[in-house]
Amino acid sequence: MAVELDVFVGNTTIMDEEVYQLWLDGYTVNDAVKVRMEGGVLDECEASADVLLSDTMDQYRTFQMCERLLHSPAKLANQLLFQIPPHRQTVLIERYYAFDDAFVREVLGKKLSKGTKKDLDDISAKTGVTLKSCRRQFDNFKRVFKVVEELKGPLVENIRQHFLLSDKLARDYAAIVFFTNNRFETGKRKLQYLTFQDFAFCAGQLINNWTVGAVDNMVEDMDVDLDKEFLQELKELKILITDKDLLDQHKSLVCTALRGKTKAFNEMEANFKNLSRGLVNIAAKLTNTKDVRDFFIDLVEKFIEPCRSDRWTAADMKLYLTHYTNSAHILDTFKHQVVWDRYMGVIKSCIFKMYHD
Amino acid sequence: MPGKLKAKIVAGRHLPVMDRASDLTDAFVEVKFGNTTFKTDVCHKSLNPQWNSEWFKFEVDDEDLQDEPLQITVLDHDTYSANDAIGKVYIDIDPLLCTEAASVISGWFPIYDTIHGIRGEINVLVKVELFNDLNRFRQSSCGVKFFCTTSIPRCYRAAMVHGFVEELVVNEDPEYQWIDRIRTPRASNEARQRLISLMSGELQRKIGLKVLEMGGNAVVGYLQCFDLEGESGLVVRAIGTACTLDKVSSGSAPNTNTHVHPNTAPASNACNSPSKDGKEPVFGEDLPSSSGPPTPFRALPTSSSSPPPFSPSKPCSRQSSSSDTDLSLTPKTGMGSGGSAGKEAGPLKTLLRQHTQTALEQRGASSSGLLLNAREFPFFTLTSFPPGFLVHVGGVVSARSVKLLDRIHNPALGNTRSYKLLDWNSVTADEPETRDAWWEEIRQEIKSHAKALGCHAVVGYSESTSICEEVCILSASGTAAILNPRYMREGCLDIGSTDHRFEDPSPPSCGFCHIPYDELNMPFPAQLTYCYHCRRQKVPDVLFTTIDLPSEAAVTGKGCLIQARLCRLKKKAQGEVNATAISNLLPFMEYELHTQLMNKLKLRNMNALFGLHIQISVGENMLLGLASATGVYLTALPAPGGIQIAGKTPGDLSNEHHILTIQKRINDTIAKNKELYQINPPKLFALDPEVFCGINMELTEEGLGSPIPEPRQRSRLFRSHSESSDELSELDLSHGKKDAFVLEIDDTDAVEDIHSLLTDAPPPTGFYSCNTEIMPGIYNWTSGIQMFTSVRVFRLSNANLTNQGLNKIFTDLCENLLKSFYFKLRSMIPCCLCHLNFTVAVPEEELIQVAVTAVAMTFDKDQAQEKPAEKPINKGSSENEEQLQFPLELCADVSSANTQPSSKVSGTVSLLTPAAKLCQNQLVMIHLPGVPESTNVSSRAASVDYGSFADRCSTWLELLRLKAHTIRRGSVKTSRRTQSLAHSVSSLERCSPLPEGRSRSLRSSRSFGGSSVTVVKMTPLSFLPGIRIIKYLGIINMFFIRETTSLREEGGVSGFLHSFIAEVFAMVRAHVAALGGNAVVSYSMKECVLMENPNKNQAQCLINVSGDAVICVRETDQEPTASMTNIGQTCCSANDGAT
Repeated sequence: MAVELDVFVGNTTIMDEEVYQLWLDGYTVNDAVKVRMEGGVLDECEASADVLLSDTMDQYRTFQMCERLLHSPAKLANQLLFQIPPHRQTVLIERYYAFDDAFVREVLGKKLSKGTKKDLDDISAKTGVTLKSCRRQFDNFKRVFKVVEELKGPLVENIRQHFLLSDKLARDYAAIVFFTNNRFETGKRKLQYLTFQDFAFCAGQLINNWTVGAVDNMVEDMDVDLDKEFLQELKELKILITDKDLLDQHKSLVCTALRGKTKAFNEMEANFKNLSRGLVNIAAKLTNTKDVRDFFIDLVEKFIEPCRSDRWTAADMKLYLTHYTNSAHILDTFKHQVVWDRYMGVIKSCIFKMYHD
Repeated sequence: MPGKLKAKIVAGRHLPVMDRASDLTDAFVEVKFGNTTFKTDVCHKSLNPQWNSEWFKFEVDDEDLQDEPLQITVLDHDTYSANDAIGKVYIDIDPLLCTEAASVISGWFPIYDTIHGIRGEINVLVKVELFNDLNRFRQSSCGVKFFCTTSIPRCYRAAMVHGFVEELVVNEDPEYQWIDRIRTPRASNEARQRLISLMSGELQRKIGLKVLEMGGNAVVGYLQCFDLEGESGLVVRAIGTACTLDKVSSGSAPNTNTHVHPNTAPASNACNSPSKDGKEPVFGEDLPSSSGPPTPFRALPTSSSSPPPFSPSKPCSRQSSSSDTDLSLTPKTGMGSGGSAGKEAGPLKTLLRQHTQTALEQRGASSSGLLLNAREFPFFTLTSFPPGFLVHVGGVVSARSVKLLDRIHNPALGNTRSYKLLDWNSVTADEPETRDAWWEEIRQEIKSHAKALGCHAVVGYSESTSICEEVCILSASGTAAILNPRYMREGCLDIGSTDHRFEDPSPPSCGFCHIPYDELNMPFPAQLTYCYHCRRQKVPDVLFTTIDLPSEAAVTGKGCLIQARLCRLKKKAQGEVNATAISNLLPFMEYELHTQLMNKLKLRNMNALFGLHIQISVGENMLLGLASATGVYLTALPAPGGIQIAGKTPGDLSNEHHILTIQKRINDTIAKNKELYQINPPKLFALDPEVFCGINMELTEEGLGSPIPEPRQRSRLFRSHSESSDELSELDLSHGKKDAFVLEIDDTDAVEDIHSLLTDAPPPTGFYSCNTEIMPGIYNWTSGIQMFTSVRVFRLSNANLTNQGLNKIFTDLCENLLKSFYFKLRSMIPCCLCHLNFTVAVPEEELIQVAVTAVAMTFDKDQAQEKPAEKPINKGSSENEEQLQFPLELCADVSSANTQPSSKVSGTVSLLTPAAKLCQNQLVMIHLPGVPESTNVSSRAASVDYGSFADRCSTWLELLRLKAHTIRRGSVKTSRRTQSLAHSVSSLERCSPLPEGRSRSLRSSRSFGGSSVTVVKMTPLSFLPGIRIIKYLGIINMFFIRETTSLREEGGVSGFLHSFIAEVFAMVRAHVAALGGNAVVSYSMKECVLMENPNKNQAQCLINVSGDAVICVRETDQEPTASMTNIGQTCCSANDGAT
């Protein structure tokens, strides 16, 4: 004796957000039923486990049928098969494209290739995210990446329009696309302390300031590639460390401004040349693709770590970088103010974001 | 006379990839009507092709227009091999043939393939230019409106009700033709779909002709069914009620009820029982065979070469075996009101005896029956009526008949070409075994039952079949009733004008409960009391009906769904043996079902059933019976007695104890139910002396079925036998009843039965359920609705099941389904599941299939307790009356009054209702106060029109002229090109009358040119809460087949059916939207036949759905929205004019 067939179809498609989340999280039907039972749904509704199983199966089927549409969310709005209220469509899409920070941290900057996909079970084991969910997230990244790759115009806006995502989620995807495209190294041990949100913030800064689109958003080019001209110009900044006078002058200006304002002044004064060399060298090397990839690791190694070992506070960092940046304007022989600002603006905010435990 | 059909293919979208190499498709479209085919150009390498074709014009007869669907086939062009079909769209153009319905069909249709399901969408524009046909010998019936709704549609007034219309057409089933062996499943499915579409079209046309002949212009309560008889063919049959409907215009909107309709007073006068009238019954006078003493269709099987009709009928209703010799041969299973009626062994014996009777008169009766026209049957498929129309209700009448489907094909059928239609009527008229004759027989039976109940009409009438192999059970049921002669055509009746006896009009809130038959000559044993509401007329103790609760009825508390479920095993057999076995089982099943219903009703402390629907389904090795109804406590009827348990062996102490325990549980349940359904009948404060005297009156009726069983009689009773008792001392006085039911426990089966009685779980808090249109006792619906269809198939693994075991499984199946619904819809609490329509089937030997369609509607809990009090009842009824002025043409005669004397009255204490509650149902009133009906004939709510409208000029210009003065604003632009869709959508969106209907997220419209998907609400009810229907666009009647050869890949049989049902919904919605509508009312799924073969990885499913497409606006939106829609519309037309 068994229920051979059991379906329930509403004219307005019925979807339980809790079950949807369980489905997205890759729970099997049986596991989902367990979770729901523990959640106490039954108690409030005088229902039995059978009812719950039947409901969960129905919803899982519905989601599976919807999944095809979710792959191109715009279709969801004008497909005829499911009658889903607009606000619910938004929720469906948003949740479908949501991802786990733990997972994205693992693949951020990696090539979204078949090889990476094969490693998903390792990632699943490491992060505790189910393999099914990993696959969905990975496929989402890849799908967004592929669509946006071909498109012109602002990256975030493209993602938002094509996938009907919220602004926040679209920005996160932009970051993922940007990282993937430039293959930034994020997996090194030294970078482990950084969260996805740290990287997403940095990506936003880079996209807004260092790409071609940053200069002229009418340009028919992508937000994903860094502005080559700018990178060339960055080489000019080397004068700040190669010219001894300039370096000393810069140091004294900064030290004057900082004196008495922070406990870490001595360390700052002592390390100034090292730190300045670090930052300027990073800038100078960015024409190499390899060095672009190492951008974040360089920032950490060349700047953040020394500061941290000297126990700078976040406020110290802010103070130092502000004066370091501004003092360069006073250097009369330094001619590259615009490039300097464009460079340091991003570096400053990235380091602020990245400077934590 | 010809009409011109024009079609234009605009665009496609979301097409499937047909060319793996390019991941694209080279699509083109074939448009076919009749034998003419047009093709569009091939749109190369696109999944979203823009064809923007010319107008394809078909010049055709209007007869063809009615019969044929427009067939649109989307194909993938292939240079080197045959073109691959992507899928098809069938468009029923019937709605365009009616001037008042839709004027154009325009929209996105899902492209449907019977193997792959929906594959993309196509945008099509269709319209018809029809030339008036004045030829009175015409074969077409364009212009006759069809409604599935079983009441007078909301924006119409019935000028005349003409009566019953029926028709059936038969053809060979393409699935069983020889060619099916060599063609693909797709071709076979498509042939079938197309054939059924053709047949429905033809059927509708023929019914339309009958209506025109009767002088009507519409069919209300149109019920069309398919009988898939397998090798013996395919029957499409339909019944309905012919009416003349007038559109209620805004000018004469019913809110202007300053004057009382002249009919009101006499109407209520007429509520009196006609039984005193003393007129001889003239019912069926013109039919000798039925008025003659032995009713012709009672006879039975045997002999002869032609397959004999088996046990033609199981009348089940208020009939007594003793009062009417005429009917004594037919089994009386007491399915009626007779609370205490018909539980006796006697009728069962007669019933058995009956099967040995022969069908001597069968032939003659059938052939004479064929000569009858539909007017012979005073049947009405309507289930709700305008106030005052329904005078008295007698009880449920039903008839069943078991038939063998003959394999012998009529010679005329032998060489049928694939789509040649054949009408059984036209086949040799002396062939007695036609389906028409079968139905004729059943209808006669129903008619005579009604007559026996002293009623001249049958309302809430419906017919159904259940087929297994070559055995077919035909069933018909309805409610015997007396209709107000005031509303009937003059001259039709002769009692209408005699008002002399109407000195004492019955109030509308109880009048329909008063018995139509003569209390001295009751057709069956029942306890009569004086009406608890008006105290003037007699009422039965229990009332069963198939109709909806009249809106004016006084009800105490709330109602609830009551179901009786039953399984009976039978031996596998063939042919006549099988048919005999089935017909032998039927009366027992009806009896059991009735007993269950009665017990459950008592258990809920209620006294009336509405919407009673009994379905008996036949399988190879079992019969399934499911009776559903909505129980109500009618204030006018006496309070039901409790249920008392009696042991058969009083000496046994342990048994005694057991009985006490059960009794306690039952009493507790009753008390709990009373609270649950808020049944607090008015307190007894006066005794009617006359009735009081009656208490001790001796019954003259002989023992069996007596409402007052003596203890000694019990030994003769069947298990789970129920009857009433007057043993006051034994009763739980807390119920205040002296006529409790006695349930006897004499074996374990009986114990099981009682247990099963108590296992019906009440719905969880916040939920109510009923199978009628609305829940009695709930009056303030809010606008939340959710229509759903659910199907469950249960496989019985154990072949050695007993009846009891099966019953348990079946009951659990139904109960679990309900529980699932409650769980799934918990977010809608407080809500009510309305119109719960269960359909059971036995698709295979070990399978039980239950399909349910219903709607969940939210209501406002805070006000749920009280009816709207501010509406005086008189005002309400006069309003209604004004609107639904309802003259009736009853061709059969009225009120046969039985005058034979035989007294049986069991008196009771009469209760007075201290304050008769107002009975005005708010929902009925919705459209009445202060809401002028929109005159907007052509508004296409929430539609976006594509493409050129140029050719529509003539229509539009005329419309424009008509409406010009109402248009003041014109800001909505509708572009001719689809590219500017987004623009027009968003602009329409802002002025949409349907907030839910049209608003899609702005973001989506920004990014993808907006959503063009109209939200289409669906409901099995005839109305939408909080929403006003402003226009009926035509009937939706669709038949789909879906087949798969990759069952596992589609998620098994559940996945397969799930997507199919979703697809069917989608196609219904798309068709409604294309007609310009935004809702479907009276939606129903008539057929859901699923066949599976998991071993072969295959499954096939057939679904038939129907409903009425409508345009509706929110109740609160009045003129502004109407003009808004107007604007959108008119601008389109203005645009057109310009082009």
